[in-house]
Amino acid sequence: MAVLSRSDVEHVAHLARLGLTDAELARLEGQLNHILDQYTILATLDTEAIAPTAQTIELENILRDDIVMPSLAVEDALANAPEREGDFIVVPAIIGYEG
Amino acid sequence: MPLRSTPAALIRRHAHEMARLLRAGEVTSVELTEAHLAVAERQNRALHAWLTIDRERALHEARDADARIGAARGEGSAALARLHPLLGIPVGLKDLVSIRGGQATAGSRILDGYLAPFDAHITERLRDVGAVILGKTNMDEFAMGSSTEHSAFGPTSNPWALDRVPGGSSGGSSTAVAAFHVPLGIGTDTGGSIRQPAALTGIVGMKPTYGRVSRFGIVAFASSLDQIGPLARDARDAAALLHAVAGRDERDSTSAPVPVPDELIHLPASDDEAVGALAGRRLGLPREYFVAGMEPGVEARVREAVRALEGAGAIVEEVSLPHTDYGLATYYIVAPAEASANLARYDGIRYGASSRDSDVLGNYLATRGGSFGAEVKRRIMLGTYALSAGYYDAYYLKAQKVRTLIKGDFDALWAQGFDALVAPTSPTVAFRFGARMADPVAMYLSDACTLPVNMAGLPGVSIPCGLSEGLPVGLQLIGAAWHEAELLRYARAYEGLTAAADWRGLEPAELHLADDPDLPTPAERALALGGTQ
Repeated sequence: MAVLSRSDVEHVAHLARLGLTDAELARLEGQLNHILDQYTILATLDTEAIAPTAQTIELENILRDDIVMPSLAVEDALANAPEREGDFIVVPAIIGYEG
Repeated sequence: MPLRSTPAALIRRHAHEMARLLRAGEVTSVELTEAHLAVAERQNRALHAWLTIDRERALHEARDADARIGAARGEGSAALARLHPLLGIPVGLKDLVSIRGGQATAGSRILDGYLAPFDAHITERLRDVGAVILGKTNMDEFAMGSSTEHSAFGPTSNPWALDRVPGGSSGGSSTAVAAFHVPLGIGTDTGGSIRQPAALTGIVGMKPTYGRVSRFGIVAFASSLDQIGPLARDARDAAALLHAVAGRDERDSTSAPVPVPDELIHLPASDDEAVGALAGRRLGLPREYFVAGMEPGVEARVREAVRALEGAGAIVEEVSLPHTDYGLATYYIVAPAEASANLARYDGIRYGASSRDSDVLGNYLATRGGSFGAEVKRRIMLGTYALSAGYYDAYYLKAQKVRTLIKGDFDALWAQGFDALVAPTSPTVAFRFGARMADPVAMYLSDACTLPVNMAGLPGVSIPCGLSEGLPVGLQLIGAAWHEAELLRYARAYEGLTAAADWRGLEPAELHLADDPDLPTPAERALALGGTQ
């Protein structure tokens, strides 16, 4: 039972920011549908009255005192940047310039 | 000097024995480290357990450890007794643990060349107790896999059969420990990634309670499931490593302020004393864990182990975890969903691989499409779909509700007074390279017996219980939250019960081949067996 069409797979790949080849898209269409078939078992369970579990230990939010603490040094934070200029990471322009 | 007779004899000892020799002055940490470095370097071509071996740093840490032991010796026996059992002992870290200035690839091309700007919490803890970090071990990319075949840097061999996988995702650490390259390894377990490789390589591996060990500085996979834990060749060593790394760390808000019991470094040395821990304990045997597809030899070993536990006074009762069959589907919604969110950070802008193409969107597509492996892409796709508009309720929310039911199954047994559950760790022994690579669902089924424990956040330990077809079988013990020490006490008791078993003294069957420099590499073996990505 195919749930995902080829165009669905392409849409999800776009949402996930994955550039995939045609061969990858074709393979994923088959594999994802096969995996989604395994999920149908869940529909047989009535969970209307069940609360969701996001995590398993009974911890409430733990807040620290609002005081300034040392953080990662600028040099360390930038050391792995693919392209850098001064204390900045270089990225392509995202706003077009006119004139 | 019989005890330092040969490096080969030295590396075969347990960490607690090495600790005793260090304190007695019969061996130095530098000698111990040299012996382990030599075998790890010599056998890495054949086994590929290690992505890096850092000889210089390891020997530096070993010299520091020797200085600390020497200073304590000068202060007298009380000071020596206060030293942590891991002082001067070599440890291997899965290559998703940050060491400042060192690589942390998580088995992925997208982190190739990245150097960690800080130490992970567990790295700091290991330094505090004076452990010697030998290097970084191989793993499935981003810990997604059950065979280590999904490493971008090539697979790892199982020393019991070089054509077979060591399990995964912590397969580099499990092979390194099984092959005597280190007595101790660190792994992470999101659905079975410590326990299943421990089972497939014949060693001990524990996933602690969710929240027991801080994950600060660990590359994230699925944040409501990931947990760090030890791999070792016996329960005492696993317990000592857990003791070293466990405990609250304010940099991981999910690490719990629960005291870490010192019992972890005082498990009984005597087999007879250890066996006493089982008398009167109520152990549940979940019938759903003897799944279809379980190999008869695996089931036979597990049932023999259960009879041995009964023989030592444990009361074993068959029990039901009725939602077990929903575990796989639930896990393969929750884990990919969380992974798709966590892996969104790999944008090619701030760190890691970066491919340039036309504009910002083009850069993302090229970087992520070009640098993630096939399994990681599959999981990101699954997770993105399960979280996408219109499908969230049907998949992710539904899975979270079923997760409540799965956790409830376990809670009901603890409420009935069970002390632990006993089950197989893996339905099969180690499989051949390539056997499950073509069908993702077949690979996912490798973890059918381990992933419900992650869904419920519980501790679980896998211990060796014999061989089937010449390959190791793992027995899994599952406990209530925060009961790691009890589980390890039962594991230690089982070791005591089986101390004289014929399989106990066996070495991994093909380990003796691994010294041969002309042997094929694991990648060449996988290729010859038709393994594909």
